This record gives sequence, C-alpha cells and structure tokens, in this order.
Amino acid sequence: MDRRQLHNQSINTASEYALRSVVSEIQDYGIIGDCRAAALVSRHGSIDWLCWPRFDKTSIFAALLDNERGGYWRISPESPRQIKRHYLHDSNVLQTQFSTSSGAARLIDLMPVIDESSNQRTMTTDHEIIREVECTEGEILIDIAFVPRADYGLKSVHIRNAGKLGFRMEVGGGVYWLRSSVSLQLHGDGAYARISMKRGDSLRFSFTYAEDAPAVLPPLDEPIIATRVRATVEWWQQWAKRAQYNGPYRDAVVRSALALKLLSYAPSGAIIAAPTTSLPERIAGDLNWDYRYCWLRDASLTIRALLGLGYWEEADDFMDWMLHATRLTQPELRVVYTVYGELAPRERILELEGYKGSRPVRIGNAARHQFQLDLYGEVIDAAAQYAFHGRELDRTMQKVLIGFGNYVVKHWELPDEGIWEPRTGREHHTHSRLLCWTALDRLISLHKQGLLGGAQVDVYKQNGELIQRQIQQRGWNQQLQSYVSVLDGDQLDASLLLLSWYGFEKAGSPRMQTTHRAIMERLATDGLLYRYRTEPPEGAFAICSFWEAEYLALGGGSLEQAHALFRRLLNYRNDLGLYGEEVDPRTGAALGNFPQGFTHVGLISAALSIAQLEKGEPQLAHREDAATKRDSPEGALA
Amino acid sequence: MNWESWLLSGFLATLVLSTLLSLSQGIGLTRMNIPYLLGTMVTPDRQRAKLYGFVIHILNGWLFSILYVLIFESRHLASWWFGMLIGVAQALFVLTVGMTLMPSLHPRMASEQHGPSASRQLEPPGFMALNYGFRTPLSVFVAHAAYGAILGSFYRLSSGR
Repeated sequence: MDRRQLHNQSINTASEYALRSVVSEIQDYGIIGDCRAAALVSRHGSIDWLCWPRFDKTSIFAALLDNERGGYWRISPESPRQIKRHYLHDSNVLQTQFSTSSGAARLIDLMPVIDESSNQRTMTTDHEIIREVECTEGEILIDIAFVPRADYGLKSVHIRNAGKLGFRMEVGGGVYWLRSSVSLQLHGDGAYARISMKRGDSLRFSFTYAEDAPAVLPPLDEPIIATRVRATVEWWQQWAKRAQYNGPYRDAVVRSALALKLLSYAPSGAIIAAPTTSLPERIAGDLNWDYRYCWLRDASLTIRALLGLGYWEEADDFMDWMLHATRLTQPELRVVYTVYGELAPRERILELEGYKGSRPVRIGNAARHQFQLDLYGEVIDAAAQYAFHGRELDRTMQKVLIGFGNYVVKHWELPDEGIWEPRTGREHHTHSRLLCWTALDRLISLHKQGLLGGAQVDVYKQNGELIQRQIQQRGWNQQLQSYVSVLDGDQLDASLLLLSWYGFEKAGSPRMQTTHRAIMERLATDGLLYRYRTEPPEGAFAICSFWEAEYLALGGGSLEQAHALFRRLLNYRNDLGLYGEEVDPRTGAALGNFPQGFTHVGLISAALSIAQLEKGEPQLAHREDAATKRDSPEGALA
Repeated sequence: MNWESWLLSGFLATLVLSTLLSLSQGIGLTRMNIPYLLGTMVTPDRQRAKLYGFVIHILNGWLFSILYVLIFESRHLASWWFGMLIGVAQALFVLTVGMTLMPSLHPRMASEQHGPSASRQLEPPGFMALNYGFRTPLSVFVAHAAYGAILGSFYRLSSGR
C-alpha cells in the first residue's frame, strides 16, 4: 500500500482521541518475545509492558503498573465492536482482529526471530518489535498512540524526529528507534496518528533498541516485513514441531511449551518465572512481587517438562545454566538468580499506582536472602532426570552435585522459609524435608547406576533414612490422617501432593489417599486448590491443581478422574492458552504475574503423566529407583 | 626514519586507542562500537563484523601511525605533547569530515535523507557522531589524544631521540 493513499487525519492534542491505554484484565494480555525480552499486548492492541534489552531491565512501556505514567503503544480502532485474537498456528506471533460497524482490521505483533544461517546473511537488530495492521474489510479508522516512558514510567523520553529514519529516543546508554510507514505527529512526549484505512491498506511499524552504534534500522517495505513475519512464524513452528507429545492435549501442551520457551533467556539458558513484576495475587492487595528472575525451586519440574517433550537442547542449556551460573554460591544455593546467575537485585519499591491500585510495586526480590532447603532436592532431582534420560553428567557436574549432597547432610535438620517463601520466619517444612530426602535418594540412584563418582553413599543412606522416618512420624498427623505442612503441625499444604511425584510414597498408598482427601476438604474451592489457607484468601494456585491432576494420573485416582480434572483446568487458561500464577476461584480471572512459567510447567508435566498412563508407559523416569519399584515408604532408601 | 620504532610504537598506540574506545562504550560514554562500524562494511553478520572490524581497526591504526611518524621526522620533533596535538587534530577531522561522509563510504549505512533500505540499514553517526551518544566526541578526542601521546613518546624513546 502506498502511504500517500492513506488518509492521515490531523490531530490537535493527544487527549483528543482518548488514546490513553485501557486497564485490561490480566488474562486479557498476550505475550510476544524473542527469548531475551518479552512484551505484553492487551486485547485492545496496546503494548503495556516492555523491558529491554532483557526481561529484568528497566521498562519503556509500563502502563500495566501505572496507567497514567507507565507508557504504552496502542494501535486499535477507537471503538471496536468485537475483538478476537490468536497466535498464528503454533507460533508466538500474535494476531488481533478488530471489527467495527464499518469494517475490520487485523493487527500482527511479534518480536522477530530468525535462524542462525539467516542471521549471518542479513543485518539484524538487537531487539525489535514489528507491528503490522491491515484493513481486511470495509473501512476503518485506526488510532495510533506511541507514548514511551523510561525507567518504569518515572522518566519522560525525548522523541527526536530524524527525518526518513523515523523517531529517535536516547535513553541511558541505549537508543530506541520507531519507524513507521505512515506519518505520526509529535505531541509532547508521544507520537500519534488517526488513519483512515480501506480494505487492503496496511501500516507497518518497527520499534527497536540498541546499545551498540550504529544501530540497525530495518526497512519497512511491505514484502520485507511480510518475509520477516513469515520467517518468524516458521521458526516458531519448527520449534513447536519438535515437541514429542501425542496425547489428547496437544494444543495446550504445545502452547505451554511455546510460552516456556518465551520465558527462556537464550544467551544463558536460564528460564525466568514470569516476564512481569507486581501483578497482584490479590487485586488492590500487597502481594506483588517481581518474578523476572530464575527460581531454582522450578528446576525439577522444568527439566521434567523439557525432557518429557524431547527438548534436549533446551534441557542441556538449562542444566548448564543451573550448575555453572550458580557457581559463585556453591555449595550453597540461593533461592533466586538473575539470568546470568547473579544474585537477584535488592528489592525496591517504585512510586507507581500499581495494577488496579495494587501497591507496592516492587522490583528486585527479597527472597534472595531466604534459606530454602528444598532447592537442593530440586536441583539434584533435575540432574538425575537429566542423567536418567541418557545425558552425561561430566566430572564437574558430579562434583557440584556431591557438594550439594554434602550440604544437605549437614543442614537438613534446620528450619527454612520453605517453597512458598512466606516472610513470616523459618519453620520445619515437610516439603523441604521431602526434597532433602529426594536429594540424597537421587544421589544414591545416580551412584548405583555408575553415573556419579565419589559420593558418600553410606552417609547419604543413613541421613536419608533419618529424614524419611521424621517425615513419616512428625510430618504425619494421626488425627487428620494426613501429612501436614510443618512437622508436628496441623495445617495442610498442596505441595504435599508432591510426596508421590518425588517418589517418597506411592500415590495409591492409604496415607496419600487420605492426605489427598484432607487437602480436598481444606484447600479445594470450585474445583481449584489453594496452596494453603490465608486470610483474606489469595487466588487458587494454578500449578497445585495440575499437581492434583498428575497425582491422580500417578495412581492417586483413575485415568478418567485425571482427564476430567485436567479438562476442567483448561477452562481457566485465557483465549490464547496462557495462565497466570493464580486463578480467582469466583470469577476465573488470572491473578499474579503473567504468564507464569511454573503453571505451564505443571500443565505439561500433568499432561505427560496422563498420556503415559493412557499408553501404559512408565511414568516419571527420574524416580525409577524410588517409588515405582517400591511398595511401601519403608523401602525408599533401604 | 626508524622503522622498528614506528612498528613498535604504532602497534602499542593502536592497542591503547582500541582499548580506550572499547572502554568508553563499556562505561556508557558512547554507544559507538568501532569494530562493529568498520566490520559491517564487509559483512552483515554481527559477530563476524566485530571480529573483522577489530582487525581492520588495528591495521588501520598501525598504518595511520606512519603519518604521525612522518610528521615527527619532518619537524624533527617527537614528543608526547606534539603527538597528542596531532591526535586531537585527527579526532577533529574524523568527527567532522569522516563521520559526515560515513553514509557515503559505508555500503550498509542509511541516511536521514533517504531512510533505511534492504541494503542500507545502519544508523548514520551524524555530525560529530552525536547520534551515537552526546559524549561520543569526548571519547574520540581522549582516545586519539592518548594515541598520539603514546606514539610521540614511544617513538622518541625507541628511536633514541
């Protein structure tokens, strides 16, 4: 489309068009990314969250956290009658379709990715978002509002018109460029346009960021953009095609894998928990945390998902990151690291309004100082799964694992903060004891299979048995007929369902059956599970329900029950197949940071176990020497 | 003219020049990545461009130092301050004339008049390379002054003047 044919209506002031970003529900966001950074795009075509050059750097759009000051980039008709969206088949290229009374338009959003060979032949930008809007029916008025704000909305950005090169914005040590196939008008610190489009007209935009000069400024010619969009779609489709899952939930599993891939940081192999900060676990509440870091607690389940789907390279990268990037603190492990294995930054509070008034808005994470013993089991279990799938643990990795094992032997009796990181002090968590037991159990298994040299097997056995007895005696509440959250306690916790997952006790054992029943009585709400009880209640914790589905598939229930629960849980994903951390049980709305890798990992793991049960295949290869060959908990480390 | 002294002092001065320019980028004085700027003249591959550009820059600096040495010889004066003076003059020339001509010299560089195309996608440096950060001239002046000073003092020492 020749830009001269498009009718650019004059704009007097930015507010004339009320182009301010609309506050969207959390589940109304989609994600685009390039395995380095991610942007959240609302149903209304507004990019309300973008941090460049990587997930945990400062933002250029943050309307998600402050609608007034955060900054956004919206492309949409003023009053759409209907909005539909989807990812182009098995890709992370987002398409939003707007219908109005006079016509329809299609908006495509992506961060381009290309394969390595193309990368060597063509000039590529460091970081880029491409947006393309095309009128597909009748006539339509499209409003464009580009309002960047640096440093989480706290600093305004000076936009300089650089002629045919586009708009240039220098912020800190980097430069942002906005290129547009149509003229935008500068008003204050934003650029705006209202464009009248007819069927077949298209507008193209490229927004880039570079810290190296000269920056690459990609051309906006229609065929070039079309080729780049196609290349990105094909890249994602090729990646998705590698997923080795042939069960009944292929779409959900592949979408979860694609979401997980978006949360990976390609240069190091790390996987972050979520690309956002301070999306609330309770609307207008203070449970707002920065999740743009890597939690080791997710290691075991993440590696299970990657290996289970046959993503070997990603599993290799993740293992490398986990064992090498955490080297500075070994044999001690910290709860949360950056994508390069540094300690997550100190927690700071930003003077922002917060998502729907949910304050404080935090960046950094105070969990960096917490002490969690479960990490050791999660990391060692991840390494064991990796080795049991035929991957090699080299001498260095073996030494590191033994270092972790020895640390567990010395410290397993200590109280810790536990998997849920409450800021209320340390306790003797049953889940942490379980993972200490898991750590030693897996090291023994690795040794037995000749995959680990130099382990103090007798010491591990002795301590493993002590932990096992402690869990069976003090982690069990006779009156409740259930395992409990804290030793000698009477509270329940959904993480107790993982006793079977890690092979401590068979899912069908009487103790696990009654524990499951007790958890359902105390923590279930409208078919979902709270992780534990709080007052006032937060949302139901999405992964806990997937743990339940997997528990049923592992022998805690029937295949039909597992299917039924899994299908019910699929109802809580958004229209793009994405989940947040929590679900509001009353409304089904997503809560917490979004999209949440842990939830998608839980979905994949449950789907794999259900499919394995259906096909009569062995489940959970990582515990081959644990529960699957054992009839009673007494046999665990015998 | 002492050829050995030129080779030694020229090489040393070029290494310092490259290090200072790279340091300026690392500490945020400028975004200008000279190896990348030069390397993209021969390849679009970002990683290779940086490697090729580094080699080009070293060879260029080394060869360019012969001009300094010729000036030292013609004036019968080789000292740190004279070298620094020539360095500042060279930096001024590079920033004003060289950078302005860059879109015409660089096969992959766009211009504000013509915008980017499939073959020309690199951001032009602009007057005094200010597009690459407003402190870019400072880093270029400092690096070239150091280059000239090292060349002057080492040429003097190694040639026994």
